[in-house]
Amino acid sequence: MTFDFKMDQPQPRLLDSTRQGLIGTDMARPEGLLKVTGAAAYAADHLPEGCVHGMLVRATVTRGRVTAIDEGSIGDIPGLLGVFHGPKFIRNPAQGMAGESPIRPDTEVHFHGQPIALVVAETFEAAREGALRLAVTYESAPAEVDPETASEVESDEPDTRGDWDDAWGKAAARVDLTFRTAGHVSAAMEPHAAVAEWQGENLLLRGALQMVATNRLELADALGVEPERVRVVSPFVGGGFGSKLGIGPEAVAASVAARDLGRPVRVVMARQTVFDAVLRRTETRQRLRLAADADGKLLALAHDDRISNLPGEGFAEPVSSASRFTYDALAMHFAQEVARNHRTPSGSVRAPGEAVGMITLEVAMDMLAQLLDIDPLDLRLKNVATSHPMTGQAFGEQRLADCLTEGARRFGWADRPAPGTRSEGDWLIGAGMAAAARPNALQESSARVRLTPWGAVVETDMTDIGTGTYAILTQIAGEMLGLPAERVEVRLADSDFPRSPGSGGSFGASSSGSAVFMAAKGIREKLARTLGCDPDDLALQDGIARGGNVERSLADLIDGELGETATVGPGKTAETHASAGFGAHFAEVAVHRWTGEIRVRRMLGLFDIGRVLNERTARGQALGGMIWGMGGALHEALEHDPRTGHIANRDLANYHVAAHADVPGDITADFLPVRDDHANPMQSKGVGELGISGSGAAILNAVHDACGARLLSIPATPDKVIAAMEEG
Amino acid sequence: MRPFDYRRAETLDSVAEGGRIIAGGTNLLDLMKLQVEIPDTLVDINRIAGLDRIEPQGEGLRIGALVTNTEVAADPRIRAGYPVLARAILAGASGQIRNKATTGGNLLQRTRCPYFYDPAMACNKREPGAGCSAQGGVGRMLAVFGTSDACLAAHPSDMAVGLRVLEARVEVRGTDGATRQLALEDFYCLPGDRPDIESVVQPGEIITAVILPAPVAGSVQSYRKVRDRASYAFALVSVAAVATMRDGRIDHLSLAYGSVAPRPWGDDAVTDALVGQAPDAGLFRRAADRLTAGHTPHPDAAYKLPLLRRSLQSVLHEVTGLSEAAIGTDKAEAFA
Repeated sequence: MTFDFKMDQPQPRLLDSTRQGLIGTDMARPEGLLKVTGAAAYAADHLPEGCVHGMLVRATVTRGRVTAIDEGSIGDIPGLLGVFHGPKFIRNPAQGMAGESPIRPDTEVHFHGQPIALVVAETFEAAREGALRLAVTYESAPAEVDPETASEVESDEPDTRGDWDDAWGKAAARVDLTFRTAGHVSAAMEPHAAVAEWQGENLLLRGALQMVATNRLELADALGVEPERVRVVSPFVGGGFGSKLGIGPEAVAASVAARDLGRPVRVVMARQTVFDAVLRRTETRQRLRLAADADGKLLALAHDDRISNLPGEGFAEPVSSASRFTYDALAMHFAQEVARNHRTPSGSVRAPGEAVGMITLEVAMDMLAQLLDIDPLDLRLKNVATSHPMTGQAFGEQRLADCLTEGARRFGWADRPAPGTRSEGDWLIGAGMAAAARPNALQESSARVRLTPWGAVVETDMTDIGTGTYAILTQIAGEMLGLPAERVEVRLADSDFPRSPGSGGSFGASSSGSAVFMAAKGIREKLARTLGCDPDDLALQDGIARGGNVERSLADLIDGELGETATVGPGKTAETHASAGFGAHFAEVAVHRWTGEIRVRRMLGLFDIGRVLNERTARGQALGGMIWGMGGALHEALEHDPRTGHIANRDLANYHVAAHADVPGDITADFLPVRDDHANPMQSKGVGELGISGSGAAILNAVHDACGARLLSIPATPDKVIAAMEEG
Repeated sequence: MRPFDYRRAETLDSVAEGGRIIAGGTNLLDLMKLQVEIPDTLVDINRIAGLDRIEPQGEGLRIGALVTNTEVAADPRIRAGYPVLARAILAGASGQIRNKATTGGNLLQRTRCPYFYDPAMACNKREPGAGCSAQGGVGRMLAVFGTSDACLAAHPSDMAVGLRVLEARVEVRGTDGATRQLALEDFYCLPGDRPDIESVVQPGEIITAVILPAPVAGSVQSYRKVRDRASYAFALVSVAAVATMRDGRIDHLSLAYGSVAPRPWGDDAVTDALVGQAPDAGLFRRAADRLTAGHTPHPDAAYKLPLLRRSLQSVLHEVTGLSEAAIGTDKAEAFA
């Protein structure tokens, strides 16, 4: 790829001097009306002429081989069109950014719940009946399903810094804890769906996907066709959270069947299939060690973990990711074990790493503060890293200390009563806090911007998974070109458009936004030339261009259309500087002294995400993350059958995400005014996953403050809370 | 979902012709989609006249089988005289579900044991003799009382716990048109070796009403539901209580427990030992210990015993006035 722009050095803060006044505002999503009126067509809303329906069939053994699929067992179903399976079918969704087909196991079964066939029928009901009734015979093989007792465990050399024994040995206080986290599922509201339609040798796949460029490559590879023959579109996505990063079994199966039948095929996963067959977040067992001197200065920090995945599946939850750069310590140690087992494979679920790792680090910090009798806020402030401890890089911008102190001020942290002294009836009240951190990155991204007398059209294959891409790209283009939002049209998520990294890793907004920014900047330079002024003197607002004492309307300046395609990518600043979002969480909880129920009464998050592109969508991201962090701490747990490894709580009645009633009315997310000059030309950082990082720790620390129970296993359900209360 | 015949019953007599009864359908449709229930014929009873009313009966109330959960919980007579029932209902499901769910259907809802819901796993409730996958499986939500080797499943209803503590009776109409009334503990069957048989209602029979006795004047009532999240979750355990005090002693007491057994649970010995006593933390602790003594549940559900003990003590403190209830209280006074 040739780059028009590489982030080799800090760029002028152009968005601070442009005049349209769109950037950073709380502008509503331009597509919002379509969504709330049901007019936004999600993948499964498309029913092309002649479309038929497919339903995935799951394996009901944990490991082995399919020896027979008896199509005759469902031959009596009216409208049945066929049962599809075979060597093109993929075992599980591709991992994010894979760009190639996942494992295609043909007749092999590697986990209970693996999609092994597709039943296609004229109606959805018939397909579903067929999928549930289809007789499949297997040859079973023994399978390990418990990560704790796995016989195959892989580990790499630990990442270390300093002399561990020395630092640990001379400490005045030490924490050494084991923390366990349950597995999670993304549980996006829109289940995974695909509508496959062949036109001759060309495939149009409408999917629920986060990264259409790599999804196209993955789909083409699985099907054994040239990528140029495949077009993937995904303009509206009802939540992804990582579960739609890679092409899924529904898309491959729909494409195989559609080609064979010569008719479009729609496949929508049943909710139970989403649990069975979509990549989960691994359960974790973590050991966290902290050692500090009497003043609370960290001497040693170790974060080791065990996670699980299928044999050969190349994703490992980066549990200790944020522990490597949030605080500084003389000695550091990070080691990971991957236990191989035959549960549903694991992959990216929102904030891989931080979602489960930061909660452990921040509970340990609370325990250390307690041991040292230091305010948890002060302990953190003493230890905030000023450069990346493991790489030595400077931070592009790092405002963790400001988030902590300003967040504490807004929350009233200093005024909180002493631990264990507050109650209302049978409810014990406490407060807790934690830090947030999540790496930020600029990824290769392209966008095309066309300026016409009407306004601007933005095209990129970037997706909007509910996060607000349509809004922020409208704002960036409008701001740069001096156009009101209604004169900007953003077209997304079509693999025919210029390639972006898609939505994932909190990099989508900054990466695709930077491409739009640079393309628009190119148009600004052309406009300046036409106007006869220096680009730095060009002012654009409401369709009027001013510069060099000349004022003209944009429409007059353009002969037909002004287009620019820009490709941006990381450069030298990614080597010289570390970039991450930071933040601070504060929470107040009530714990019932008899039943151990926890009710969160107040949450406050204050974040450093660099430049805020849209106040409303950024806040939505931060709040959503904070709430998921709360849900992870209190509610969410995949329950695996100890014999088969399959997920027993396969629906949203039994897998508990936070309900509205769990979310406190008093919940606030806000942002410090920050510019990270080394991050990208817009000085922004990612926000999608930062809110979840540490939010659960603030709650667990507040539980300890309230009732003295130290929860080291999440979710902290009432059974665990009363056990901890009875111990403590 | 498999194709099925649909028949609309206009009269109670036509119910006797057989078929799976559907009223609100909030549980049955889920089970049909999963092919856990595969009825050949659905008999829609929603048009049968006279089942959708709450009427005085003697000094109590008669709640028709088709009265929705929402209507029961909102009825001023229920709220005044039987607040524990209103609270139990409102603790269950969601507003949307309560708008559809009926009184009779709520009583006959099936367990939420995950193995019952998964046709790939053996379940004696779905298929007698097939085996019980919950034995040796996961089981946080399983019962701790009244189980058998064949079935460990708990009955999930909140409403039924409220009815049991109020000593309500269920009216069942037989195929011959005659009705009989049953206490909750007689209405439900324990699993034994036939966990597929959950109540005494026979094919062709129908629940026509639930009969509430006279309100317990001056009683304090409470429904405490402990669950994994604040709303829209089945109980881990629940405790329902109706109490009156006289001269500093417990004068009348009724207790029922939910999500701990295949039916709303009661233990007369525990209750009897409390009546006539002055409220006291030690007394309550001993009562709680007695309630759970001698039971060894599935290891995943073992926490339910201490949780139930703690919940019972909390409720007893509250309804006897031994401790002040504050925010989020479950307590309400009944007015006759």
